[in-house]
Amino acid sequence: MAVKVVEEWFNSCSGCEISILNMGDALVDLLPELEFLHIPVIMDHKYFGQTGEGGQLEIPEADVAIVSGGIRNEEHKEVLEEIRKKCKTLIALGTCATHGGIPAMANMWSKEEALKCIYSTVTTDPTEPPTDVPAWLDRVYAVDEIVKVDVYIPGCPPHPKNIADALTALLKGETWSLPERSVCDTCPTVREKKSASGTIKRSLENLDFDPDAPIDTMRCIMEQGFICLGPVTKAGCRGDSDAPRCIKARIGCRGCFGPIRKGARPLVDMMAAWTSVGVNAQTVPDRRALLNRFIGAHNNLRPLPTRRR
Amino acid sequence: MGKTLTIQPVTRIEGHAKVLIQLDDKGNVADAKMAIVALRGFEQFCIGRPAEEMPRIVNRICGICPWQHHLASNKAVDAAWNIEIPPPAEKLRRLMQHLSYIPDKILHFYFLAAPDFVMGPDADPSVRNVLGILKANPDLGLKVVKMRQLGSMLIEHFAGKVIHPVAAVPGGFTKPMTEAEREELLKGAEELLEFAKYSMELAKKEIFPKYMDLIQNVGVIETGFIGTVTEDGTWEIYDGKIRMMKADGTYEDFAPEDYTAHIAEHVEPWAYVKMPYAKKWGDFALELGNPTIYRSNCLARINVCDRMPTPLAQAELEEFREKFGRPCQYTILYNYARLLELVCNAESAVALLKEPEITNPNVRAQVEPKAGRGVGCVEAPRGTLIHDYETDDKGFITKVNLIVGTTHNAAPMSLTVKQAAQTLIKNGQYDQGLLNKIEMAIRAYDP
Repeated sequence: MAVKVVEEWFNSCSGCEISILNMGDALVDLLPELEFLHIPVIMDHKYFGQTGEGGQLEIPEADVAIVSGGIRNEEHKEVLEEIRKKCKTLIALGTCATHGGIPAMANMWSKEEALKCIYSTVTTDPTEPPTDVPAWLDRVYAVDEIVKVDVYIPGCPPHPKNIADALTALLKGETWSLPERSVCDTCPTVREKKSASGTIKRSLENLDFDPDAPIDTMRCIMEQGFICLGPVTKAGCRGDSDAPRCIKARIGCRGCFGPIRKGARPLVDMMAAWTSVGVNAQTVPDRRALLNRFIGAHNNLRPLPTRRR
Repeated sequence: MGKTLTIQPVTRIEGHAKVLIQLDDKGNVADAKMAIVALRGFEQFCIGRPAEEMPRIVNRICGICPWQHHLASNKAVDAAWNIEIPPPAEKLRRLMQHLSYIPDKILHFYFLAAPDFVMGPDADPSVRNVLGILKANPDLGLKVVKMRQLGSMLIEHFAGKVIHPVAAVPGGFTKPMTEAEREELLKGAEELLEFAKYSMELAKKEIFPKYMDLIQNVGVIETGFIGTVTEDGTWEIYDGKIRMMKADGTYEDFAPEDYTAHIAEHVEPWAYVKMPYAKKWGDFALELGNPTIYRSNCLARINVCDRMPTPLAQAELEEFREKFGRPCQYTILYNYARLLELVCNAESAVALLKEPEITNPNVRAQVEPKAGRGVGCVEAPRGTLIHDYETDDKGFITKVNLIVGTTHNAAPMSLTVKQAAQTLIKNGQYDQGLLNKIEMAIRAYDP
């Protein structure tokens, strides 16, 4: 019998859903075993009945629920809690769901400050922020700060192979998680174990590499003196290809898969990694936001007094 | 007052929205609107970031059109720091612009819009979707899945990441294209061009003719339009001047950096989304016939342009104008315009991949952070996309303004919903199929 699936998106961009589609053949192969009951991006199941007259939120009972996006407003929270009640296994898909993602950078400001800024831009008519809308919570939450999560598929976006592997495992009744390895562990670039020199280079010039030569002839980006968060970032973005995704694009990693293990402290660990290659960590611009760019939930990012921003 | 129907979520779209239909005592539509209920607030949390990091942050605004945010952001930083990018880098960025439109348009037409036309607007909701098409017509379904995947993977193989890209950078591009990459991309782009031509014919022969009554009656509103054109008025999506056309067909062109003289944004208390309007054309009101309301996205672009840049697309435009005039106001025909643009983007990608300069290794200019202001504008699939940044002397962001493609259509979509609801719901008579026709009019905008 097919596994019943519910999918929903919250404080998200829809990139996770496109990653599901990017499974391609793997998705077509899995489809006969999956019965989608609710997935707003492709299916017309509604919260309040098909003619919009029901007063109660209707989420179907399901074996598996897949949710993307962090939890930003009261409606997200309500729908998420209802989904948790109706499903056996909950998958947090993508880094917004697992760690807050890019939108959780908003946690560096109070919601009042943020709303004021957003609704006072140069083209916005003088106005108050909207009031008759699902109200923002005090900050952006990761899904597991609100309900229990069974399976984490991080990534911005997640790699289609990881989604396929996780679903395949679930269909067999097995659990799935990404191994606790770093992006560096899966990176083919050459480490010469020689120091870079002093000041970190911002991404203002291209890396030194021969475009016609294979990527495993290029020197490590950190050793070239550029920002790369490979040492503190969970591996998994490479899929079956020859290198991690951003490295393949010939630019440093920014940590979109989140920390290597739960409880890791990327900011502290990365300071050590920089020191080990001779980079003065004090020269890294915008360090706090850089190291927490994708993981601002879980209280990793919070408002600071104005003078320290 | 009678009851309120809450259609939520609006489905087979790419964001978060709901439709509210207020009925009167007799069961006719007193009011109806569509509210976009998501807000993340990039304008705030980009402040303080080094500007060269922006193209890797703001691409997260949209997982379907991340390339357009990525490119607009790069152009904004280039402008703020007075950078001239090398011509081969501009060619690579343009190529990514055209290539990334292809899976976007296949996704919308076949996965999101087509189920209404192929399975029928009144079909059971459990089969009125791409999974239903896969079962009913597996040959077409599998081909569509494969072609969308091909478009995405071509980009990923060359640029490392297709969703939330990183390969364009202030000053140009991170890497040149090798000859082997060019050959792979050209082969794929030619295959996609054949599929684009097939899709255009399929829709013109077997889909739109069956739905002319719906096209001419449901969701039709009269508005102005916005798009980008070259100096001589040709359709353009990477770099040009903005053209705003009134409903009567007269228009004004202006440089993207002058957008604040032309566009303002209204805020309603019931939606997070801001509603851009043409401030020189009068006072905004969310009412049918208000002169400040204009639309964006493919139908707008093919309305405002004088011609298409490629031969097949130009022939299609001539045929379209012959049938539907200029400007065309039929909302459902956004779907037609989308396929016309699919053909144009595939033709443009093939042409670029045949230019010898595309493999020139000179792809990055010297970049020096400094204080400045820059406006970066491209056409996203859903409309004219404007990123406006200010930086301090270290090149860190101090101010951000964003006008995102879909938001141009926020007010028009609400009015479309109202027109469609008033046309379709009479004396309390409605069912899920009829309400789905209202959503079809929304889906045409691909929000």
